Amino acid sequence: MAIDAATVRKVARLARIAEPEARLEALASELNGIIAWIEQLNEVDTDGVEPMTSAVAMAAPLREDVVTDGGDAARVLANAPKSVDGFFVVPKVVE
Amino acid sequence: MSELTSLTLKTALEGLKAKQFSATEITRAHIAAVEAARPLNAFILETPDKALDMAAASDARIARGEAGPLEGAPLGIKDLFCTQGVRSTAASKILGNFIPQYESSVTANLFGDGAVMLGKLNLDEFAMGSSNETSAFGNVINPWKSAAGGNRALTPGGSSGGSAAAVAADLCLGATATDTGGSIRQPAAFTGTVGIKPTYGLCSRWGIVAFASSLDQAGPIAKTVEDAAILLTSMAGHDPKDSTSLNVEIPDYAPFVGKSVKGLRVGVPKEYRVDGMPAEIEKLWQDGIDWLKDAGAEIVEVSLPHTKYALPAYYIVAPAEASSNLARYDGMRFGHRGEGKSLTEVYENSRAEGFGDEVKRRILIGTYVLSAGYYDAYYLKAQKVRRRIADDFDQAWQTCDVLLTPTAPSAAFALGERNADPIAMYLNDVFTVTTNLAGLPSISVPAGLDAGGLPLGLQVIGKALDEGTVFSVAGALEKAAAFRGKPEKWW
Repeated sequence: MAIDAATVRKVARLARIAEPEARLEALASELNGIIAWIEQLNEVDTDGVEPMTSAVAMAAPLREDVVTDGGDAARVLANAPKSVDGFFVVPKVVE
Repeated sequence: MSELTSLTLKTALEGLKAKQFSATEITRAHIAAVEAARPLNAFILETPDKALDMAAASDARIARGEAGPLEGAPLGIKDLFCTQGVRSTAASKILGNFIPQYESSVTANLFGDGAVMLGKLNLDEFAMGSSNETSAFGNVINPWKSAAGGNRALTPGGSSGGSAAAVAADLCLGATATDTGGSIRQPAAFTGTVGIKPTYGLCSRWGIVAFASSLDQAGPIAKTVEDAAILLTSMAGHDPKDSTSLNVEIPDYAPFVGKSVKGLRVGVPKEYRVDGMPAEIEKLWQDGIDWLKDAGAEIVEVSLPHTKYALPAYYIVAPAEASSNLARYDGMRFGHRGEGKSLTEVYENSRAEGFGDEVKRRILIGTYVLSAGYYDAYYLKAQKVRRRIADDFDQAWQTCDVLLTPTAPSAAFALGERNADPIAMYLNDVFTVTTNLAGLPSISVPAGLDAGGLPLGLQVIGKALDEGTVFSVAGALEKAAAFRGKPEKWW
């Protein structure tokens, strides 16, 4: 399943990274090299093996469903590229 | 007062306690060393004013008899840890002028124990790299130079290259670091320092810029095994703000250093003898085996049959998690925002301008392996292989208590030497990445020099939460190796 320029274009779009057309071929070749190297995993027999989803087997801790912080708009907005009157200012989302 | 910078953390703490010098004096000495070492590019941000304020507060607490365990000790902080009111960049342009409004739990623990921050240390962008060359702030230069390599500038390793270089060059008494595939241990090996990646969940990840959440762990880089034990004791601890933080009692690790290893069973995994490994590393490994045997340990040959699949599995799991974690950098709430005619274009341009090439490459791989139709073939497969790797270790623990391996397949290499081929760069982590996948503690100890006089490290791997035994074995290796090397000062 070789990766071509069209696949890179699609994946870059999914990842929301602008990649110029001129870079797509080079990226495809890089990614193919890495994916081909990864394919060696197919040598491993994993029939019936439970996927490992976390490094330590532990139950997710639960806590009371109560508000523990908040009321901190100024700190939340402190690093915003743009903000006005306690709100984030973002590009128009709905035309 | 340059001699104050050559102290170990342990002796510095004793000197501070005995009032042989003040926190302000030892901090000033380190600030001067940091300024003089700018050619190393180890720091992204120096914070001398903050350091002196913290030192003054330490001196006041010492005077009142309220000194904490790390009172007055000047440390460097990897710039992946969010520090309240101090710019934190992850060595990326996308974080722009990000100034955290909160303190990471690990740095809060250290500062709560009295440590002083000298500044923020350089790293690979988002901790993705093995040579420090992906930093948006330029690479760090290893303070060590090879007699065989002329005057060439060498990599300090990565991603915690700034932490390792700063400790090796006596710019700080110790440093924080993080390790997702080897990012504490490989730089430690390349710079003649000690670095431990603890059991997954021992140190809180809260406030550390996320790379691959199921693999990331914080740990210290230090001058000695005992210093690393002192720092880890302070850094570790349960944190309700990290749901994967382990709720376990943290012992004082320092007393484990110096404990006898007599009767311990040390496993030597045959699969770590890889093709093309330099004879010097092969020899160092044998030295380590002999030293532990002389110290009364029993050597056991073990097999970890899935070792060679750890790196390819890692290069699915880590990019997949990274592509999810890094989705937050959208230019809306913080960080760099690019221009664009539509919202999507703003996203795409913000990320294209803000991320470097290696980060983009990993996000693309992660997005690809998680995309519709490929999830089972790649991500699920990698998670199953990860289980096989963890099972290998469980099997090994039937016949041994710790494992001994080299830390890295080579000594520090020249900057620029391995940039052309991503896979050649990834192979640096072949011996370290297995314990990230399995969540196990592992330490790198400087144990010898190569023919050019560059440091080489040995790795000790332990059972989950058995940091104590890891420190004991590391201490035995340190003692037997009698590694006293320091880079000759050229900066």
